Amino acid sequence: MEKALQGPSVVFEIFGIPINETILNTWIIMAIIILAAYLISRNFDRIPKGTQNVAEAIVESLNDFTVSTMGKGSRWFAPYAGTILIFIFFANISGLFALWPPTADTSTTLGLAIMTFFLIQFNGIKSKGIFNYIKGIVWEPIPIIFAPMNIISELATPVSLGFRLFGNILAGVVVMGMIYSVVPIGIPVPLHIYFDLFAGVLQSFIFTMLTMVFVSMAMETE
Amino acid sequence: MEFTELAVAAFAVLGAGIAMIAGLGPGIGQGYAAGKGVEAVGRQPEARGSIITTMILGQAVAETTGIYAFVIAFILIGVANGILG
Repeated sequence: MEKALQGPSVVFEIFGIPINETILNTWIIMAIIILAAYLISRNFDRIPKGTQNVAEAIVESLNDFTVSTMGKGSRWFAPYAGTILIFIFFANISGLFALWPPTADTSTTLGLAIMTFFLIQFNGIKSKGIFNYIKGIVWEPIPIIFAPMNIISELATPVSLGFRLFGNILAGVVVMGMIYSVVPIGIPVPLHIYFDLFAGVLQSFIFTMLTMVFVSMAMETE
Repeated sequence: MEFTELAVAAFAVLGAGIAMIAGLGPGIGQGYAAGKGVEAVGRQPEARGSIITTMILGQAVAETTGIYAFVIAFILIGVANGILG
């Protein structure tokens, strides 16, 4: 509980720049993902066997998931969606390994949400054209009067995305901290399955899925 | 410690409790979505996968207000903690 209230603590400093647990754990997760990707894809064969089967199954299911959510012709989005899904998944379950989850920090979640925001706007402009994009904000559904509301609703999307992930994971950290301060042995084990594993998988899935839904909604042309 | 500081800390903690009343809304919303999901699966068992996906997506959106309340409550507890040291 105390730990959760204080937030991530500063581990060390590089040239006067404080490196806190969020950044350090993000680096650890990045290293694990990069190393796993390198080791698995190092000796790929035409005929898959062993770990290659697993890797291909993961990539294929990510492609299918993207296509089923965004519709046909959206395979190009699968690499980004898969990357954030895997990164957020590892970040969420890092509480299991006694690390501070990087997603329990607004810096990480809002950073990811801002990436989604720019993807939404960029793809909206790209598929509608700059004129129709501006018209969609300023001129619809009622000219001029609705412009501020449209702008606010565009800006609210990344905020709600970021805070949803942050709040869910931080709630898990806080509740687990409270339980550890009361019963440190035995009881926390099944609760870890719910708060870290279940909520972690669900929230990474939801973040990715909402990103895909928002991007495909922005790309819709009438 | 001054009385005003103590009062601010006390009201911050009280406010955190009041903010979490917002937990009612997502509870009702998610329960309703789950109930409708069960109905839909009962009517169309073959569409189970897509119904569950849509239901979880809707529940995640319904949960947002509760999460906002939690974030506000957390900030208020942080304020109280800062005053009480």
